[in-house]
Amino acid sequence: MRNVSITIQNNSDAIPIIDAIVADNPDAEAHYYPAMVKIDCPGRLVVNRDSIEERIGREFDLQELHLTLISLAGNIDEDDDTFTLAWN
Amino acid sequence: MSLDIKLNALEPRRQTYGNIARRYGADRPASRYDEAVLDVQADVNFHYKPLWAPEFDIFDVRRTAIQMEDWYALRDPRQYYYATYNINRADLSAAADKAFDVVAERKLLDRVDDAWKQTVQHYLIPLRHYEWGANLASFQIADEGYGTTITSAAAFCAADRLGMAQIIGRIGLELDGHQGASLDAGKDAWMNDPTFQPLRKAIEDVLVRKDWFEVFVAVHFCLDGIVHPLVYDRFDNVGYGKGGAAFTMLTEFMVSWFKDESRWVDAVLKTAAAESPDNAATLGTWAATWIPRAAEAAAPIAVSVLGDKDGSEAISELTQNLRDRAESLGLALP
Repeated sequence: MRNVSITIQNNSDAIPIIDAIVADNPDAEAHYYPAMVKIDCPGRLVVNRDSIEERIGREFDLQELHLTLISLAGNIDEDDDTFTLAWN
Repeated sequence: MSLDIKLNALEPRRQTYGNIARRYGADRPASRYDEAVLDVQADVNFHYKPLWAPEFDIFDVRRTAIQMEDWYALRDPRQYYYATYNINRADLSAAADKAFDVVAERKLLDRVDDAWKQTVQHYLIPLRHYEWGANLASFQIADEGYGTTITSAAAFCAADRLGMAQIIGRIGLELDGHQGASLDAGKDAWMNDPTFQPLRKAIEDVLVRKDWFEVFVAVHFCLDGIVHPLVYDRFDNVGYGKGGAAFTMLTEFMVSWFKDESRWVDAVLKTAAAESPDNAATLGTWAATWIPRAAEAAAPIAVSVLGDKDGSEAISELTQNLRDRAESLGLALP
């Protein structure tokens, strides 16, 4: 199965986002590089608003993801609550 | 010419502070909130007893009947530390300033019935002094509480209370054309109007309670749990019919604040009650003492604004809501 991936800046705003993605996607693997984290996952990767909110203690608009997002691989399906990467 | 960009990965020597790493058992990056609150307060080597309470150490778990294995479990779900707190409150306060500007510019208060303006003067302006009492109570918790998670959140809360007292003061100044007569009348009502004496007595009684956790339950859960929804929701709804929408804008801060604050209060009570049946029973006893006190204290104000029937109905509904909230948080009401 092809990997999808999401690459995020490695800063304090992104820590809860990275934690949420890794917790919600058991197959995901986070690779730490200087200043960025690339998360690979076979097939499908989901970013859940709820899990991020639980970690940062406030309401989170999934569009805020773009403030720390560097790059993506996969087709995107997004709504208010989830942001999903998969290959069609 | 070709540029060869070489990548040098610098591993930080440490990912976080020692106190955080010891608590998590591993040196991994922690949130700013964790770093700001966890194990920050001193807990050993108290060489000097506080002169004002020589039976205790400066920070002492024996100052309350509540017992916790780990006092840092009383986390703030909003994760407020200096930056997050200030960013959040700066937004709320900018919105409040804007509301005052709009109300002044569009002369919205001119559209309010004179009778309703007098009613607002009657019920709202004296509450500056309620907020000030709650400010002292919050600072008592910050002063005598144990663990930075609860004491820092309490200090933020205390600052909020002054902010709300100021907003009420500004509303008073809008009402009297910036003369200050409205504030004097409010103070006089707080001190002498029989309507406010039960509330004044309740908050003054809180100020002489020794157990800071009881103060937390009494003010943040019981008194606020009735006074805030009564004043900023029930009274406000009546005001709509009388052109009082301007006051809704001016008191929006309090509504947002109460929603925000309730998340913290609920989380603290839920964690403390889940710790042990003893805690749940103690918290339940305090809630059972202070919910009726709060209801009695707010009742004359409710009746004076809403009338006999609606006023007492509002109070009994709010009391029931508060009891349900207490039970859902695991407080063992006797």
